[in-house]
Amino acid sequence: MPQIAQLAATYSSQIFWLLLTFGFVFFVVGLGMVPKVQSTVDARNTKIAEDLATAKASFARADELEEQNRAREAEARAAAQAIVAEAKAKSAKDTEKKVAAEDKKIAAKLADAEAAIAAASAKALAEIEAVSAEAAQDMVARVSGATVSAADAKKAVKVALNG
Amino acid sequence: MAAESGKIDPMHQFAIEPLFGTDHLAVGGYNIAFTNSALWMVITAVVLWIFVAGGMKRQLVPGRWQMAVEFFTGFINKLLLENAGSAGKKYVPYVFSIFMFILMANLLGLLPIGIFGLHPFTFTSHFTVTGVLAIMSFSIVLAVGFWKHGLHFFSLFVPHGTPLPMIPVIFPIELVSFLVRPFSLGLRLFVAMTAGHVLLKVLAGFVINSTNAGLGYGALVGIPSFTLMIGISALEMLVACIQAYVFALLTSLYINDAEHLH
Repeated sequence: MPQIAQLAATYSSQIFWLLLTFGFVFFVVGLGMVPKVQSTVDARNTKIAEDLATAKASFARADELEEQNRAREAEARAAAQAIVAEAKAKSAKDTEKKVAAEDKKIAAKLADAEAAIAAASAKALAEIEAVSAEAAQDMVARVSGATVSAADAKKAVKVALNG
Repeated sequence: MAAESGKIDPMHQFAIEPLFGTDHLAVGGYNIAFTNSALWMVITAVVLWIFVAGGMKRQLVPGRWQMAVEFFTGFINKLLLENAGSAGKKYVPYVFSIFMFILMANLLGLLPIGIFGLHPFTFTSHFTVTGVLAIMSFSIVLAVGFWKHGLHFFSLFVPHGTPLPMIPVIFPIELVSFLVRPFSLGLRLFVAMTAGHVLLKVLAGFVINSTNAGLGYGALVGIPSFTLMIGISALEMLVACIQAYVFALLTSLYINDAEHLH
């Protein structure tokens, strides 16, 4: 077995070269490179965790914004409806007022016209009476030759006209 | 031994040979010849360095290579986190180094480059090497244990709730089981690697020798042996990974003992 047969002759060379090569592996690879590889892995893991957290926060923010938007929309709709209702009420009131004013004006005109008609008819009646009285005087004078006073004639006409 | 069949010696693969005429290279009287074992240590270190360097692009979305490197660091990180808690995090560089070094050594030693005339050498099949690795892990446990807990570290050898009269009996048993750890750690890896490689070489010897003895023997012995070799090669790759994992797992468990006592 060379491991035992050559032990005395080769142990120093074996140990020397082992310490040299393993020392290189430990100091250059183990201490120099492995921590860097591990820090890369750690950086990646924290980056993934951070990205996930950011995504989650963004989702929450989006939900919040949507909620706000919905609330604002509902508010705007309510405001618009209020304005429409107010405008409707106002226009109705205006119309009512105008109608009332016109009504009053028309009523006044009607009253004036009625009064004018009444005056005209009274005047006409008086004229008819006067004409009738004259006619009656003439008729009496022609028929009987008697002279009737204007006053009498008038009285008679009045009685005949008004029954 | 099984090497009675001609020139094929299944143990020859473990022989250490100095390369490039460095037989007598020495420092302070100690021979440090650059052997085939040292060559494969260097190859392992370089391959491991290239592998990890390829995963250093540090991209947010990793490519395949980076993914593979991050899988291994994540695997060791998880292993330490599960077995030694959050205090185990600072041992990731060491456990990663030892796990990947052993894994690469085991797997590179199994490469079928023999067909190109090259000889892969599995230096984890040498007790000198696995012993040094085990002693390293064990020294870290000792250093951390005594530095963190001082003499209180010895309470590791007295499990909770031990009745007072039992302590003199339990203490030596626990102490011995603790001191045996580096040996079991080193021997396990060495034995697993050696056994697998010997088995493969013995079967390969069967194929060659039976075919040399005649076509009939070759078909009768060689073909079943070769089929068995394919299965055992797959098993050996599994063993290569499992032994590296076991070494890392036990190291992290011992570190847990040092960090938290019981």
